Amino acid sequence: MGSGRLYTAVAAGGFRRYATYRVATAAGVFTNTAFGIILVYTYLALWDEKPHLGGYDQAQAVTYVWLGQCLYATLAIQGGGFEKDLMARIRTGEIAVDLYRPADLQLWWLASDVGRSLFQLLGRGVIPFVFGAVFFPMALPRDVTTWAAFALALLLAMVVSFGIRYLAALSAFWLMDGMGVTQAVMITGVFFSGIVLPLNAFPGALGEVVRVLPWAGQVQMPADVLMGETDPLGAFAFQAVWAVALLAAGRLLQSAATRRVVVQGG
Amino acid sequence: MSVTERPLIELDGVEKVFDVRRKTGFLKRERRQVRAVDSLSFTVARGEMVGYIGPNGAGKSTTIKMLTGILTPSAGRLRVAGIDPSRERTRLAHRIGVVFGQRTTLWWDLPLIDSYRLMHRMYRIPDARYRENLDRCVELLELGDLLAAPVRQLSLGQRMRGDIAAALLHDPEVLYLDEPTIGLDVISKAKVRGFLKELNAELGTTVLLTTHDLQDIEQLCSRVMVIDHGRLMYDGALAGLHEVGESERILVVDLERELPPVEAPPARVVKVEGPRQWLAFPAGESAAALVARIAAEYPLVDLSVREPDIEDVIARMYAGAVPGRTEKAVS
Repeated sequence: MGSGRLYTAVAAGGFRRYATYRVATAAGVFTNTAFGIILVYTYLALWDEKPHLGGYDQAQAVTYVWLGQCLYATLAIQGGGFEKDLMARIRTGEIAVDLYRPADLQLWWLASDVGRSLFQLLGRGVIPFVFGAVFFPMALPRDVTTWAAFALALLLAMVVSFGIRYLAALSAFWLMDGMGVTQAVMITGVFFSGIVLPLNAFPGALGEVVRVLPWAGQVQMPADVLMGETDPLGAFAFQAVWAVALLAAGRLLQSAATRRVVVQGG
Repeated sequence: MSVTERPLIELDGVEKVFDVRRKTGFLKRERRQVRAVDSLSFTVARGEMVGYIGPNGAGKSTTIKMLTGILTPSAGRLRVAGIDPSRERTRLAHRIGVVFGQRTTLWWDLPLIDSYRLMHRMYRIPDARYRENLDRCVELLELGDLLAAPVRQLSLGQRMRGDIAAALLHDPEVLYLDEPTIGLDVISKAKVRGFLKELNAELGTTVLLTTHDLQDIEQLCSRVMVIDHGRLMYDGALAGLHEVGESERILVVDLERELPPVEAPPARVVKVEGPRQWLAFPAGESAAALVARIAAEYPLVDLSVREPDIEDVIARMYAGAVPGRTEKAVS
């Protein structure tokens, strides 16, 4: 039980940490709203040409856009969560401080990133979503069960997102400089998460592939759960399998990294 | 030997070798081994306050990291409170406190008190104990006004005091301090030293501290260990360093008038300026006898004795001018 309280405290700290930066949050809300508007009109033009693209009608396409903007910072689709801190700590050697603590490195960062995610959801994500719902026709469920299923899918999406970025961050133990990895996280995140275009609309073999990659668990799955386009249990299973696989890989990499740790800076 | 009599920290032939790969060609790498710590053996008894000094890259931090369990020794035996640090890092963590002067354990963007609440949970400190320890640290380290301030707004001295408090909330038996006064001003240094002295005297916390500031050692540690190139060069009382370092004291004499250099072996004149002369003599020799001899033969007006500078002694030791010697602790 004691460790539960610790990681709750870490998550609360992660939440409050991001809450400190109000101007950055406000700027983020503005950015996501502006991008949402641009994307909505782009989508509407596209769906005019190709009705039912990816199996969505226009209202669903609009919903997808605003959900994407809502989850952009929440799931750190382009990075910008804990991983930049962790990479910096590895590079500067501050990681030494984390390692002698009686806490699990992976759980510590997971808790702090979930805290960050929750803040980004409430502080930054909800406003553009509500803005979209007010000014555009959206396909939102009316029953509590679907919203509850969506909440669970979102939580799993947070873990999947963390799992991917944890692997990327640990690479700093070998590469020292995280720039390249950070770029890779940005590009793969934007492309494979479906934040630009729903993965359902990806053509042919490319579509088949992107829909089974872990990134599919980030925006596509929660969106389909919310809009009733998929069986929630199947979505949970997909996300859970990836979450467990990524966390296990992270743990493996972590033990390899800490065994060879050459703590920087003497 | 009963458990209580065992030294708190034991190192026996501890080595740490790093593999360093160097690029020698387009795809060629040369593998080289760097011996950061070389057959290091020492013990620290419960309640001791020991200074661990050496030049940059001597192996001080590597030793501290092995003592916390972050690094695994390549060879040798290492025990802290009977625990093998690298095997049971988490269990050991509850019994040690660590302060790295150049790194912080505090939560950068959040108020100082948040970091302490986290320590409360992390070390599972009983509530009453936590309150008591926090109150004591807040009072002695003068943290009262800082608790609500985000750590990023603290000055270096304030942050260091905050870090020291964070390392002590769980009642560690031993505190490792890696350059705790680095970058601090005179007043902050004095506060930190005063606190450590009190901690050691009242709670009997064992302290192992690395530093480049010899005043830290002079004011806090009765015992000092000097390490260089991963080897222990000296282990004993601070005063004993003079002897080992073959240091000299300087006798400055003012004579009535300009005279040829004074002859008073084993002292030798190192400098003459008008009627004033500087004589160097071995630190172990009696100054009184020397002065008496000079006063008997020369018209002496005034004199002063300058103690050898411990920094010079250590600098000469680092430079390899003095063969290392270890005053083995009697156990």
